[in-house]
Amino acid sequence: MSDMIRATGLVKRYKNTTALAGLDLIVPEGTVLGLLGPNGAGKTTAVRILATLLQPDEGTAEVAGVDVLADPMGVRARIGLSGQYAAVDEHLTGFENLEMVGRLYGMSRQTASARARALLERFDLVEAGDRPSKTYSGGMRRRLDLAGALVAEPPVLILDEPTTGLDPRSRQQMWAVIRDLVSDGTTLLLTTQYLEEADLLADDIVVIDHGRAIAQGTADELKSRTGGERIEVVVADVARLDDAVRALAVVAHGEVQADPARRSVTAAVEDDGADRLMRVLQALSDDGVELLDVGLRRPTLDDVFLTLTGRVAEGDDAAGSTTEEVSA
Amino acid sequence: MSTTPTSTGATRTGPTRTSPTRTSPVRALTDGWVVAKRNVIKIKRVPEILVFVLLSPIMFVLLFAYVFGGAIDPGAGLDYKEFLIGGIFAQTVVFGATFTGAGLAEDMQKGIIDRFRSLPMSRSAVLVGRTTSDIIYNVLSLAIMALTGLLVGWRVREGVLDALAAFALLLLFAYAISWVMGYIGLLVPSVEVINNASFLVIMPLTFVSNAFVPTERFNSFLRPFVEWNPVSAVTQACRELFGNTSAAVPVPDAWSMQHPVLYTLLWVVGILIVFVPLSVRQYRIASSR
Repeated sequence: MSDMIRATGLVKRYKNTTALAGLDLIVPEGTVLGLLGPNGAGKTTAVRILATLLQPDEGTAEVAGVDVLADPMGVRARIGLSGQYAAVDEHLTGFENLEMVGRLYGMSRQTASARARALLERFDLVEAGDRPSKTYSGGMRRRLDLAGALVAEPPVLILDEPTTGLDPRSRQQMWAVIRDLVSDGTTLLLTTQYLEEADLLADDIVVIDHGRAIAQGTADELKSRTGGERIEVVVADVARLDDAVRALAVVAHGEVQADPARRSVTAAVEDDGADRLMRVLQALSDDGVELLDVGLRRPTLDDVFLTLTGRVAEGDDAAGSTTEEVSA
Repeated sequence: MSTTPTSTGATRTGPTRTSPTRTSPVRALTDGWVVAKRNVIKIKRVPEILVFVLLSPIMFVLLFAYVFGGAIDPGAGLDYKEFLIGGIFAQTVVFGATFTGAGLAEDMQKGIIDRFRSLPMSRSAVLVGRTTSDIIYNVLSLAIMALTGLLVGWRVREGVLDALAAFALLLLFAYAISWVMGYIGLLVPSVEVINNASFLVIMPLTFVSNAFVPTERFNSFLRPFVEWNPVSAVTQACRELFGNTSAAVPVPDAWSMQHPVLYTLLWVVGILIVFVPLSVRQYRIASSR
């Protein structure tokens, strides 16, 4: 099995910031690598370099065995890129957008047209296919953009935050589409701010921060480093906070954190989260501690970050932010 | 990650042809054509743009014919409206080039540019497409101006072939100026800026020419500029080819005015030689920010 993406020591500096500070990436053929990090971590910069939209100041990168600096045209012929801002022409219909992309890949009119129809079908856009894409919803536009990336059936697919800014339903649809693609054996590099997304789609995850990889592994490996799931209880009476800490300490993996202001106690558990939660609830009930809220939650990007860097992930929450790494 | 690098070659490649770093001239043209088609679709979807582009030439013809027509007398035996039309044609195609600049400035702000940049297409396609589709605007505005001109009393007094040659020369000149404005469009940060920036170039270029005022009415300081201004040459060529000349309006002795068609063609070639590579380079720079 060969590596479809191999980047070594990528550095990209802007006037006041270093977007990438020596990033290495390897994506073996037929696998999915999730590049996980907050806004400004360097995800988009890395993607733009691999897609030949940007030249690195230092380092080398190969995509499908082709050097991005020596033969950018060769790379472009082998990748499909779909960014976080849908790269579609709003005045063109969905069909016209896809047909144009096919023609620009060098396909004949007939081939491009047939390919466009097939993709509209696959992405559930047949009905909207002959409407200008500016009438599309955000989710539809994103699907059309993804379809555009697949016109030439590229062996390598690069998706930059494919679900950022989408509503939950569109996000679910997008995940289904991507999982479908991956099962066909496409090599995928995916950037995301959501651990859940990386967990769902990626075989391997690289966590990046300040332009550097700070952790790498499968979702499970990262989660176990983060302490897996977390149990949280909120007590009614702050005086019983210590009792709650004692109850959680029995099942916790690592430190139990108490927050008197919120009257909450949280602890990471390694596995069997639900079972351990029941035991905690039983203990607290036996003890007569009244609870306002309980929860078992999966680790988020914030938790991963907190564990790896000792601080909360920087940057705004995903949905609203538009500037991203390039200008950050 | 467990995998160690084993082989450098790709085991799968895309179904597309092998692509060298530079695309062939044929590809540049077909890619440019595909992008031009996209621009034409936009004209169809947003016809409002066309309305204003086509109304302004009518306004120009009427304004100049009836406002300045009484004030400027080009000379005995020649009606100002006849004198004017060649100049108005030249001015309008120069103004129309702003459209190219604005179109490109707008393109660069759209997400579609990222798609174009990630495709193995010719780097010049977006520019070739834009300048090509803008020829349609020029053809339409010339047609409308000619009709308006005929209504206010302009006449073609030479043969049809000569008149067609004049229109062809105007379109060639317009195409070259399109590349100049396209370059400016890539330099400026937004569509709003291009309209003002191009004004600074276009106003002196069209008004310090023989388009509206006969050359001999300029003072001796401005006259050389008027005589060697390419807009004057296009205008002079049109007047001669349409037969809108008169012995009362002597042709200046400058070589440019004695050979206006050749002089215009030299400008067209010169502009394209300079601005096509310059614009393509600027497109690369602007789109990789």
